[in-house]
Amino acid sequence: MKIAVCIKRVPDTETRIRIAGTGIEEAGVKFILNPYDEFAVEEALQRREKAGVGEVAVICLGGEAAQETMRTALAMGVDRGVLLKADAIPPDGLAVAKALAAELKDGGWDLVLFGKMAVDDYNHQVGVMVAELLGLPVISSISKLEIDGTKVVAEREIEGGVEVVECALPAVLTCEKGLNSPRYPALKGIMAAKKKPIEIKPAQLGAAALSVKALTSPPERKEGRIVGEGASAVPELVRLLQQEAKVL
Amino acid sequence: MANVLAVCEQRGGTLRKVSREAVAAARLLADSLGGSVDAIVVGASGADVAGAKLGEAGADRVLVAAHESFGAYAPDGYAATIATAAKAGGYAAVVVAASATGKDLAPRLAARLDAPLAMDVTALAVEGGKVVATRPVYAGKAIQHVVLEAAMGVVAIRPNTFTPAAGAPARADTVANVEAVTGTARVVVREVKASEKGALDVAEAPVVVSGGRGMKAPEHFALIEGLAQAFGNAAVGASRAVVDAGWRPHAEQVGQTGKTVSPQLYVAVGISGAIQHLAGMRTAKVIVAINKDKDAPIFKVADYGIVGDAFEIVPKLTEEIRKVRAG
Repeated sequence: MKIAVCIKRVPDTETRIRIAGTGIEEAGVKFILNPYDEFAVEEALQRREKAGVGEVAVICLGGEAAQETMRTALAMGVDRGVLLKADAIPPDGLAVAKALAAELKDGGWDLVLFGKMAVDDYNHQVGVMVAELLGLPVISSISKLEIDGTKVVAEREIEGGVEVVECALPAVLTCEKGLNSPRYPALKGIMAAKKKPIEIKPAQLGAAALSVKALTSPPERKEGRIVGEGASAVPELVRLLQQEAKVL
Repeated sequence: MANVLAVCEQRGGTLRKVSREAVAAARLLADSLGGSVDAIVVGASGADVAGAKLGEAGADRVLVAAHESFGAYAPDGYAATIATAAKAGGYAAVVVAASATGKDLAPRLAARLDAPLAMDVTALAVEGGKVVATRPVYAGKAIQHVVLEAAMGVVAIRPNTFTPAAGAPARADTVANVEAVTGTARVVVREVKASEKGALDVAEAPVVVSGGRGMKAPEHFALIEGLAQAFGNAAVGASRAVVDAGWRPHAEQVGQTGKTVSPQLYVAVGISGAIQHLAGMRTAKVIVAINKDKDAPIFKVADYGIVGDAFEIVPKLTEEIRKVRAG
């Protein structure tokens, strides 16, 4: 089984965001492998281990520094990486998808995996777009997966339930939390990762048709108040919800 | 032309609430652009289009694309059908709800229409004839304002943020049938398994009651469920800590690696308020926090707080809410 996993370098979810122009101040920010991409990497490794043969590659669009993130995936057990180098990642998900699709197009991949979204730009679209551009089936936000031969059966959460969805390989899947428990890179893996190849080539980005006009801080919530202590404060709370907040 | 297409969502032939929200958002854009709103409903024949009162929500016309294979979500067929209608109509924007289905459908449409997509949008405006979308990024730690620089753009709106104007005059909402394009169904939804808890999802419910580690054990979530039930229109949410501990399913997780919610009322019980949790619920209209630690960060964002033991406060609150609801 030949599997490609598309990954992204993002700021740590615990990090504080400082706005600089239409982006964020990167100095002092810790960057990590996008958490949803960890599920994709783990799934790829498990599939390859199950098959006993095959190859897992990570493809990452980003700057030089993204290599560090790629090494994390290599340390988990991925065989090699391809860095599609771009000075900046465009805010237009379709422009990114075009670059990834151009790289994946003639790769002969059985499976292309993504995280369901990146926790920085929240675009939640690139994986599905790549599949559409390549003419491949895609099941997005999967939380359960079975592959039997070339038959894929996946589950995705919807409001108030779960959809059981089928398609055939080759396919694109985007991964949701709950699919698996990503492994931590072992020391041996970290050492081995240093010697694994990362090929660097320029990203063939599509023309961006979406631009960022401004990045602003979220509106502050106005100072709230402590209604009281213990169960005796409940009637007053209910009165406020009814008469002041008018939500009851 | 500056008309706008709103994509409706149905399940089992009944239009979901987000359909009216998509129409309301489309109306807002169309009014600024000087165009009209078409609402498209894709489903099996016999969907209850009239019941959704799309004209009242702002639709000038309803397009129905019916096919026997469109009862459940058919990703390829839905995308092909809507993309065909969008191309034919030459719309300035296509509005989809950022629901579970919409998040799958919107990028398919954008790719097929070669149009930019703004996902999870909480506000819309038109500036210089272009659509400007406001969307939380970094899990709500920052707000991005993006310009859709194309003849047609796709906008996926966050559920619960666009509401149809109350008392707006009903529009003609004439119904026209449009072609259902089935093409090759590469992806097939075999089955929809309803969760036992009912259909109200944490991302779309008007009221969310969430529990955290302060509930001490999974069985104590019966208190949270009881309170949610008392509200009648509430869904149960959970913090990352209790989801990671296996107490609650991931579908209920609110926060940066879970769902982002914007209910009318958010009740946080025994949740300290980690930055990643706050990111998922800070756009709620009203936040109530119940926590025994008076210094918990959750009180910083809460409109109303009660300091104390959840095991005493929640049953009392449940009782009071029941009384209010009983009138």
